[in-house]
Amino acid sequence: MSELVIKNLHVSIDGKEILKGLDLTVEQGKIHAIMGPNGTGKSTLAYTLMGHPSYEVTEGEVWFKGENVLELEADERSRLGLFLAFQYPVAIPGVTVANFLRTAINSRRRAENPDDKGISIPEFRKLLKEKMDLLKMDHNFAGRYLNDGFSGGEKKRAEILQMATLKPEIAILDETDSGLDIDALRIVADGVNALTGSDLGVLVITHYQRLLNYIKPDYVHIMLGGRIVESGGPELALHLEEQGYDWVREKYDETVA
Amino acid sequence: MQEKPKTTVTTSRTRRERAASDFTFTADMLPDGALADFRRKAWDEYIRLPLPTTRDEPWRRTDLRTLPAGDFRLPKVDEYLDLPDIPDYLLKPLVSDQHGGQVILYPGGSRVDPSAGSGQRLDPALVEQGVVFTDFRTAERQHPELLAKLAGEIVRPQDGKFAALAAALSQNGILLYVPRGVTVEQPLHSVLWGPGANLAHIAHILAWIEDGASVTYVHEAASPTEAGAHALHAGIVEIHVGDGANLRFVELQSWGEHVWNFSHERARVGRDASLDWIFGAIGSRLTKNFSDLDLVGEGATGRMSGFYFTDGTQHLDHDTQQNHLAPHTTSDLLFKGALTGKSRSVWQGMIYVAPGAQKTDGYQANRNLVLSKGARADSIPGLEILADDVRCTHGATVGKIEEEPMFYLRSRGIPPKDAERLIVEGFFDPIMQRIPFEGVRARFQEAITAKTANI
Repeated sequence: MSELVIKNLHVSIDGKEILKGLDLTVEQGKIHAIMGPNGTGKSTLAYTLMGHPSYEVTEGEVWFKGENVLELEADERSRLGLFLAFQYPVAIPGVTVANFLRTAINSRRRAENPDDKGISIPEFRKLLKEKMDLLKMDHNFAGRYLNDGFSGGEKKRAEILQMATLKPEIAILDETDSGLDIDALRIVADGVNALTGSDLGVLVITHYQRLLNYIKPDYVHIMLGGRIVESGGPELALHLEEQGYDWVREKYDETVA
Repeated sequence: MQEKPKTTVTTSRTRRERAASDFTFTADMLPDGALADFRRKAWDEYIRLPLPTTRDEPWRRTDLRTLPAGDFRLPKVDEYLDLPDIPDYLLKPLVSDQHGGQVILYPGGSRVDPSAGSGQRLDPALVEQGVVFTDFRTAERQHPELLAKLAGEIVRPQDGKFAALAAALSQNGILLYVPRGVTVEQPLHSVLWGPGANLAHIAHILAWIEDGASVTYVHEAASPTEAGAHALHAGIVEIHVGDGANLRFVELQSWGEHVWNFSHERARVGRDASLDWIFGAIGSRLTKNFSDLDLVGEGATGRMSGFYFTDGTQHLDHDTQQNHLAPHTTSDLLFKGALTGKSRSVWQGMIYVAPGAQKTDGYQANRNLVLSKGARADSIPGLEILADDVRCTHGATVGKIEEEPMFYLRSRGIPPKDAERLIVEGFFDPIMQRIPFEGVRARFQEAITAKTANI
C-alpha cells in the first residue's frame, strides 16, 4: 500500500503565499475529506498536487511511491497514479470523450512499454461502455466533444468517468459537489463509492458537509489560512455542519493571521 | 489643355521592390494547337503586366523580391523520365474505393487512363455519354473545338501576371467536361506531379459541368522537396457549374518546400447549382492563391472549406472572394489553419453582394492556431454589400494553445506533444466534418502528426 505524503508544503501564486506549511498523509484505501471556508487554499492544494505550472512550491515535500512528486510534470504525476477531478473542467473543442480517453490510456501503456500498439478498439469500447453504465451515462456521451457544452452535472460525471477509466491510486476530488443537484450528486457519489476500496485513496475537498453524506470519509480535516488546523473522524464534519466555521476561526485566527 | 509644370523627381531607393530577376520565357515557347490564339492574347497580357510588388494591394503581405524568376525553365519533352516518379500513395483513390478516371501530369509528359491492368480507365459508359476527362495534349487532338471554346471563359489572363503566364504557357492541363444531365458516379482524380529543380510547372485546369450534371473531382499538386533548389508552379483553375448542376471539387497541394506556387482560380455557379469546394494546403515555400466564387444564377450555392498547416519558413497567402451576383444565393466559407516554426499565413477574404442580389446569405470565417512564437497569421475579412435585404456575417480569429487545456490533458497522463496534437486535431475537426472523404482526412491527419512532431 502506498501513501501520498505531504510535508510542510508552502505554495505561492503570483508571489502571494497561499499554503503555509501543510502536512497530510493520504493512504490508498482511505477516504480523507478536507473542509474549510472559501479562500483558505483548498483548490491551491489540489492544483499543486497535480502540478499546475502557475503554483510555485517554495518549501516542503510531496512523496508518492518513492518518487519526489514535486519534481514531476503533470502527465508524469498522472501516470504515477495521481488523479484530480477538476472543479471547473475545461472544454476541449473538437476532441471527443472517446478519443481523449483512448489517448490517455495509450499514453499510460506507452510510458510502460514504448512499443505498445495501444488498446484495441473493441477492448476500449467495452471498457468505456462498462464505465458509462456504472455512472448511468448515455453511450452517445462518448462521441461528444470533451466538456464542450456539457451541463454542470455532465462535467462532473465526465470527471468521474475519467477516474473510473484511468484507475488512479490517489484521487483528489476538488469541490466535485459544487453545481450538482441532489440526483446528480447521488450518481457521482455512487460512482466514487463503486471505485473506492483497498486500491484507491481519496482526498475529497469540499466546502459543504453535504457530499460527505454520500461519500463517507475515514478522516476529516479542517483547513484554514493555508494549513490543516483540526483533524478527526466523520464526527468533525457533522460538528461543522451544526456549528459552521466560526468556532474554527475564533480558535485559530490569532495564530493564522 | 493646361500645361503642367515640369518637375524633376529623384528617388533614392533604399530597397529593391521587384524580384531579383525577370522570367526568361519568350514568345517562341508558346505551344501551338487549338489554344494558339488564346495563348497569344494571354502572352500579350503577360508582357504588359509587371511582376507584382508589395505596393499592389492583393500582394501587400506576400513579397516576391527573393523570387529567383530568372532561374526557372520549362521542362523538356519527357523530362519526367529522368526525375523521381510519382509515389504510389498519390495514385490511390482519396474519396472512394475506386476512380472513375485518373490523369497524371508530369514535367514534359502526362499519363491518361493508365494502361489496362490498373483498371483505371475512364468508364466507357461515361465516354459514350460524352464525358471528357483528359489532359490538354490529348484534348487538343481529340476535342480541339471544345477546348478552344471553353478556355479562358472563367479566369481571364488579365486577372494577373501569373494568370497570364499560366494561360499563355501552360505545358499541360486537365479538361473535364460533363455534358448536360450526366451524373458521374465515381470520383475523378488528377495529379500534377512536379519533381525537379528550377523547373516551371505551368498547368491549366478546366472543369466544365453542364446544366443538371453532377460529379466529384479531386485534383492534387505535389512534389518532393528539392533542398537548395527552387521551382515554380503557375496555375489556373477554371470551373463552370451550370444551372442545376452539382460539383464537389477537392484540391490539395503538398508541393515541396522549394516551390513558389501561384494560382488563379474561379468558379462560376449557375441557377440552383451547387459547388462544394475544398482546399487543403500543406506544402510549398510560398503560395499566393486567388480563389473566387461567382454565384451568377438565382439560388446558386457555394461552400468553400479550407485547411492549411504551415511550418518552417513557409508562407501561404489565400485570397478569397465570394461574389453574390444574383438574388437568393448562398455562400459559406470556413478556412482553418495552424502554424508552427517561423511560418506565416495570410487569409484575405471578401464577400461582395451586387446591387439587386437580394435575399443572399453570405458567411465567412477564418480561424488560426499559432503554435510557435515565431509564426504569424494574418486574417483579413471583408464585406462589400450593395443590396439591402441580405444576411452576411464574418469572423476571424488568431489564437494559440492555452495553458489550461494543456494542463487538463497532461493531468490525464498525456505527454505534451500528444496533448498538443490532440488540441490541433480538435481545432481542425469542424473543417474535417465538412469533408466526407476518409482518404482526404487521413492524408491531412498524417500532415498534422508530422508537423506537430516538430513543434
